[in-house]
Amino acid sequence: MSDAAPPSRTGRLTAAVTAFGQMGYNARHRFVRDVRYLGGVGYLVGDTLAWVVRALVFRRVKLGASALASQMVRVGVRSIPIVVLIQVFIGIILALQLAPTLEDYGSLEKVADIIGLAMFRELGPLLSAVVLSGFAGASIAAEIGAMVESEEIKALRAHALNPIRFLVVPRLLATVIMMVGLTVVADVVGVLGGLLTSWLVLDIHPWSYLDNTQVALFYRDFFTGLVKGGVFGVLIAAIACYEGLNVTGGAEGVGRATTSTVVKSIVALIATDCVFTAVFFIFKL
Amino acid sequence: MSGMRVVPEESQKFVISVRQLAKLFADQQGRPVRVLDDITFDVYPGETLVVMGGSGCGKSTLLNCLIGELRPEEGGIFYQTRVMPQPINILDAREEQLNEVRKRFGILFQSGALFNSMTVAENIALPLKEHSYVDPSIIDIVVTLKLQQVHMLPHRDKMPAQLSGGQKKRAGLARATALDPEILFYDEPSAGLDPVTSAAIDELIIDLSKKLSVTSVVVTHEMDSAFRIADRMVMLDRGRVLRIGPRGEFERIRDTAPERLADEDERLIHQFLNGKTEGPLTDAAGMSEYEKWIVTG
Repeated sequence: MSDAAPPSRTGRLTAAVTAFGQMGYNARHRFVRDVRYLGGVGYLVGDTLAWVVRALVFRRVKLGASALASQMVRVGVRSIPIVVLIQVFIGIILALQLAPTLEDYGSLEKVADIIGLAMFRELGPLLSAVVLSGFAGASIAAEIGAMVESEEIKALRAHALNPIRFLVVPRLLATVIMMVGLTVVADVVGVLGGLLTSWLVLDIHPWSYLDNTQVALFYRDFFTGLVKGGVFGVLIAAIACYEGLNVTGGAEGVGRATTSTVVKSIVALIATDCVFTAVFFIFKL
Repeated sequence: MSGMRVVPEESQKFVISVRQLAKLFADQQGRPVRVLDDITFDVYPGETLVVMGGSGCGKSTLLNCLIGELRPEEGGIFYQTRVMPQPINILDAREEQLNEVRKRFGILFQSGALFNSMTVAENIALPLKEHSYVDPSIIDIVVTLKLQQVHMLPHRDKMPAQLSGGQKKRAGLARATALDPEILFYDEPSAGLDPVTSAAIDELIIDLSKKLSVTSVVVTHEMDSAFRIADRMVMLDRGRVLRIGPRGEFERIRDTAPERLADEDERLIHQFLNGKTEGPLTDAAGMSEYEKWIVTG
């Protein structure tokens, strides 16, 4: 049993005020850190777009077509199989989950409408982006982080080569282009997953399924999905490049940047998707 | 540049002129610490200047300031090259001007810093491709010449991961010379190499200085290597220039008994050059204080 006297009322009050002050200080510190992070990512995107504009206006500014092509293969082409696999599963899951409820209302054929809308407006771009953040985002952060650690970024600057133009521009452009492409693939494959399930399990004829999908969808559903895909691509690449360029602390730092890229990308994707959905809802898009 | 304007003397023909340079970093408590303080020296055309000093004395910080990687809080760094005869203070320069200066110098990094996703030949071709509009066949010829200069031609198609430490440095040197620079910076060129490879790299540095007529600034704490390649030497201690002079002066200090040396600074340089554990370097503040300085900077 301790002999220490219980803290006095003044002591407890002091401790409470100190704890409250510390909480406020920590909250301010976190807020400043987060604002700085958002500012850093925003600045990186701005600088990248400025380089793209400069390259389009001035011919002497090189963007590197071969670097862009190789990044497109790495970011997009290699992630097609996993996106296809996931979207087929999502199509199947949606069809099977929706079927009992729709059957109760005597509207089983509406399964095609719902799957089409969900895929084109939401799940196609969002799930492809989540896959890409783990597949390409983490890889970009690790690669650039390793380059920072091995002085390659320093070497680029020393050779009067801007790391943003040389590394970030091709990765960001490739991610945006391939994200838009993957969204189209995801939309189609997701609908096909639903179609197969509806045909083989729910006994809905494929032509009827496709007819219903066609009637339910408008061009705006397709294009809003593509816009989302493009913006998600910017987010994934910008966060990955920013995390990579700010790596410190050797191999451990590279590992931290990789994890942080995936976590922050997914949070940013879902938050942005929420904003998009609200805006599209307000403007009836 | 902040505070008082510092400019080099106009009569002196220099390639690099460092004037009253000070670099501050924050310590763990956020208080500013002067890592470099009142650094002033000139580098003259065609010479090899070796910057030396113990761990944590500010050598690497100085090199990073010279190449525009770090921005000092005080002072000036002036470059005067053949294509830029008017001195340019890189601390006042815009990014485009700084890049023009960067195209006039090459750097051999401690690790070689080759781009790991490219072959040796592609590494050397990169600065040429990015900064010139010459035909790829001409670039190929230049790459071959640069690789021949550093005896790396048989390894032109290898990836950096397939090279040894010495080969990486040779390839890094070939890349550093790709744009025919007027100035070459070397960051610890002998670090991590066996004595024979280290001597071979030193020979290469001397050879390139002669053949290409470049001005070289070498940061090292390898004394054998420093005395082999230096025309002049700078000794840094705790962020300040302790002594700058011709190699012979440092050889005299190295070879003279400590009790015969003129002052405390010379005894400190003597201790450092001879790698002794006892002397003013460790006595002044006590060994534990010295170790603390090395660890915390």
